[in-house]
Amino acid sequence: MTEQLEPTPGQTVGPFFGFALPYPRGNEIVEPGTPGAVRVHGTVTDGAGQPVPDALLEIWGAAPSGEIVRTGGHLRRDGRFTGWGRAETDREGYYWFRTLEPGVTEPGAAPFYAVTLFARGLPDRLFTRAYLPGANGAFLDALGDRRRTVMCEREPDGALRFDIRMQGEGETVFLDFGGYGPRG
Amino acid sequence: MTDHDEPRGAPDTRLDQAAESQAKITAEIRAIEADYRAGRAAGRPEELGPRLDYPPYRSSLLRHPTKSQHLADPETIELFAPVFGERDVSPVEADLTVQHLGEPIGERITVRGRVLDGDARPVRRQLVEIWQANAAGRYLHKRDRHPAPLDPNFTGVGRTLTDDDGWYEFQTIKPGPYPWKNHYKAWRPAHIHFSLFGTDFTQRLVTQMYFPGDPLFPLDPIYQTIPDSDARDRLVASYDHDLTTHEWATGYRWDIVLTGTHRTVFEQDRPEEDE
Repeated sequence: MTEQLEPTPGQTVGPFFGFALPYPRGNEIVEPGTPGAVRVHGTVTDGAGQPVPDALLEIWGAAPSGEIVRTGGHLRRDGRFTGWGRAETDREGYYWFRTLEPGVTEPGAAPFYAVTLFARGLPDRLFTRAYLPGANGAFLDALGDRRRTVMCEREPDGALRFDIRMQGEGETVFLDFGGYGPRG
Repeated sequence: MTDHDEPRGAPDTRLDQAAESQAKITAEIRAIEADYRAGRAAGRPEELGPRLDYPPYRSSLLRHPTKSQHLADPETIELFAPVFGERDVSPVEADLTVQHLGEPIGERITVRGRVLDGDARPVRRQLVEIWQANAAGRYLHKRDRHPAPLDPNFTGVGRTLTDDDGWYEFQTIKPGPYPWKNHYKAWRPAHIHFSLFGTDFTQRLVTQMYFPGDPLFPLDPIYQTIPDSDARDRLVASYDHDLTTHEWATGYRWDIVLTGTHRTVFEQDRPEEDE
């Protein structure tokens, strides 16, 4: 049995991350014209339905082959797919990524983009998943009516729409991986 | 509290316009903490993280989920974190005092510590990002309207990779406290923002490091989003005279513990260095 340490608590990303965390081509995980390139985009809104202009999103996905990239190169892109990217929302709460669609990493597991959300006014990061259209499985079945909040919607031009509602009607399902231990 | 703690003149009642008093915010903070302590005494669980629903932090009112988070076992891609290599980060990015032609103004400091997981294993060769205000409490950000001077020799952004034992180290300038609009006379305690990755996607952490003994701690509704005082203390660095250098900089030590990994880490999972 190893020693267990108490985790360092999170704090809000605050309003002033914009000069520090975003970086050139952070949201361009593949170059334009890459075979299979897809736009993953959407809007982040608050409990009043207003756009959130100071949010930051990170997405992380496997390659179409199901391979999970295990090398660097996310911050200094050279055209190779890395699977991870970062985007800030604009004044209309809108974000976009250009990436590839994730493949199946293990038999029976529906592919999704793992998503992390940060924002001013949000005391800690939130995790969610953005599943490809048509995904199925026990996790999604357990969500009932709320499963649509973690499903990307295919648009006529092939793009994947994934809106995030932080609160209220249609609130996105956020995930607790048990990191801080059992919650009250 | 004196009448100086009330806004002078007609209160501005627009949201986020600093109309409420510190006394009112402090009373809310104290009530939440008292309730938490009473709950602990009655056997309710410890809260090791911040509350997402924390009304004294007014910007959180419309931005916290109202439904409980869905308990999930991490799967597939979530069992891995992105890895970063030497080509992602230049060594000079760990020294925030040499990024311009001149020396920044302020108190030069060294901040050093280890990044560990919940099982006390070092998080090796992983990205650490920081950002902060300058010595006058001003961020180099277009939305920071605080009329304190910008420093042409200080950007306030740093990056580094942890070493093979999980150690990180930055050279920087001690940031100043700065005012914000949560309420009237709201001032943030001096802090450095930290962004960290672990070996699992689920360990992602963005937090803030504070300096010991700051008198603004009890007044700050962001620091206080964590209702447990022991957990809050984990955000405060300690002064470390061994880190202090002769006639150059004072030293602060701050270790960071990420939540435990869900995946057994095997030696072959060590990030491969990019060519």
